[in-house]
Amino acid sequence: MEFLVSQVLSGISLGGQYALIAIGYTMVYGILRLINFAHGDVFMVAGLFMIYLSASLPIYLSIPLAIIMTVLLGFIIERAAYKPLRTAPRMSVMISAIGVSYLLQNLALYATGGQPKTYASIPWISKTIYIFGAPTRIVTVITPILVIVLVVLLSLLINHTKIGIAMRAVAKDFETSKLMGVKINNVISITFIIGSFLAAVGSLLYFTNYPTVVPMSGAMPGLKAFVAAVFGGIGSVPGAVIGAFIIGICETLIKGTDYSVFSDAFTFALLIVILVVKPTGIFGEKATDKV
Amino acid sequence: MPKTKKKIDKGTLITLCIILGVMILTVILENTINANSLLFTVIRKGAVYSLVAVSMNLLNGFTGLFSLGQAGFMLLGAYTYAILTIPGGIRDTVYYLFQGSSFNFSFIDAFKSIFGEEGAGATISLILGVILAIICAGIVAAICAYLIGLPVLRLKSDYLAIATLGFAEILRAIFQWDKLGKVTNGANALRGYPTFADFNIKDDIGRIVFRLSSFVPLLIAGICIFVIVLLINSSYGRAFKAIRDDEIAAEAMGINLAKHKSLSFCISSFFAGVGGALFAMFASTVQAKTFTSAMTYEILLIVVIGGIGSVSGSCIASFLYIACSEWWLRFLDNTQYIGNYQIPLFRNGFRMVVFSIIIMIVVLFFRKGIMGDRELPDIFRKKKKTVKTPDVQEEPEVNKMHRRLKDYDE
Repeated sequence: MEFLVSQVLSGISLGGQYALIAIGYTMVYGILRLINFAHGDVFMVAGLFMIYLSASLPIYLSIPLAIIMTVLLGFIIERAAYKPLRTAPRMSVMISAIGVSYLLQNLALYATGGQPKTYASIPWISKTIYIFGAPTRIVTVITPILVIVLVVLLSLLINHTKIGIAMRAVAKDFETSKLMGVKINNVISITFIIGSFLAAVGSLLYFTNYPTVVPMSGAMPGLKAFVAAVFGGIGSVPGAVIGAFIIGICETLIKGTDYSVFSDAFTFALLIVILVVKPTGIFGEKATDKV
Repeated sequence: MPKTKKKIDKGTLITLCIILGVMILTVILENTINANSLLFTVIRKGAVYSLVAVSMNLLNGFTGLFSLGQAGFMLLGAYTYAILTIPGGIRDTVYYLFQGSSFNFSFIDAFKSIFGEEGAGATISLILGVILAIICAGIVAAICAYLIGLPVLRLKSDYLAIATLGFAEILRAIFQWDKLGKVTNGANALRGYPTFADFNIKDDIGRIVFRLSSFVPLLIAGICIFVIVLLINSSYGRAFKAIRDDEIAAEAMGINLAKHKSLSFCISSFFAGVGGALFAMFASTVQAKTFTSAMTYEILLIVVIGGIGSVSGSCIASFLYIACSEWWLRFLDNTQYIGNYQIPLFRNGFRMVVFSIIIMIVVLFFRKGIMGDRELPDIFRKKKKTVKTPDVQEEPEVNKMHRRLKDYDE
């Protein structure tokens, strides 16, 4: 029982961390129709920023600085690698995203010298507490709460602000919203900024549980978060969050059994099943050109 | 079909001469200069990668199916090849963690029992065994591709990409599974099977008298690529291109979409499997963890650098890519001095940073890659034609490329 409780708890926590990354994927896909393969690596770089900053600065300074730098990185990536390809076919942009991912991984490899870097423990959230007798860390409890708060804020932003309306307009119809005077480039930049911000927060929570950061540590969470976004219906923020929680919980439960090698494979099996059975995902709005 | 008079034109002839020349030069160089030179690593790995890149190009560039499952099929091929050729005698040491293999069959041993253990018999059984195992590697990958294709090929563009990527990851997990350890050796490496080095001709006391270890991968990859080129120029290839250019129009012209997509996927995977077998021979150990999605990305970048839709572009790009990453840019990894001044930034890993920046430049500013969608013979032909038709040919080609890639949008 205790084991199950602790498994489910850490599953929810992992799911929350995936959710924060998945929102970045789903928003970018909604607007640009682009699988931002570099998003997982932005998440990894956020972890590295935190490591290097916390080595010389106190925690209360390094956390906001790391988040700001990640946001800047997301912004720069969009401006440098995706904006020049705005009129290019979709394939080129996706290839560019893969190129950025490759570049970020190699930069990280260069910066770290290939050594796994130990993540700074953020004092308060890595404390151990007991829930129903199961030992866990405070971060496990904080994550879902934080995710819900951020998602509520985000949906307020999307539904009730001017920029939110612009985002939805661009997601619906790129060309027409351009004709209506929406500043496409600003909207896209803001989307990337929000996505990177959430990825940075996600990385703070994620790497508290996983002690080291290596250049490849963003790839898998990134892909899984993307699967979560597809599972929930790409373009839909609540869908991505729910998909991420389901994937996080399933993955942790599988890791507790004998079939732990298949914890990654399960996610992809789920992806293929959902794509074949219900390509729009559980919260997808309309039949699009996926199939 | 009416019989047309076969005529080899000048461009094709020059290309064939170049390929033949490269092969002969490889054999000569290998037997004259230091055999440990990085040049030969580049040739071997380049040959393997060019086959895989061309197989990916067949799918992505010629059929317009954006698949990212190449590493998965290479993994299947590599494992099939290794499992079928590890000699019975050393199986116990390879599988020591699982107390021996449950699959005790090796093509090499089977042929040796027919042709004899010594001399010419051993050589014949080596060659036949390796060829059969490579073909089996391709077939296993193709069968797997057929099964995967049944659900997956209904998807389009990036959904297909992510689904095939997912399948590659699933395959990797399966091959690392302990319960299959008796066959796949779990997460441990398979080794001891024949590699390229076994094709060097040795005399009685084991000294190498004639080196062929770089020629063999070139030859095998060359034959496979030749088959792919023949396929592309056949009626099937034209159907593939029609599907790429416009699916609906192709269907209206009577092309069976499902059948042709499945066919293209299987053939591409067959050659990816063969490429995987060659990769196993190159690396001399097989381990599931090498065949990650990063490998697929690497091959995709090669295809992009070479030009999507150009076979010769893929080949040139893979040799360039491997040469840069393994050889020419290696100096960037070591600290360098100009006089007494130590150049900053030069240390381990810098090579890959410079390299990925170059790739980004190509992706962003030279989107057509080295060759665009032209082939090597076209270039030689063009030299003659440019006098007659200047620049007129350029324009439609650009438009065609854009139109084709734009189809992904809507």
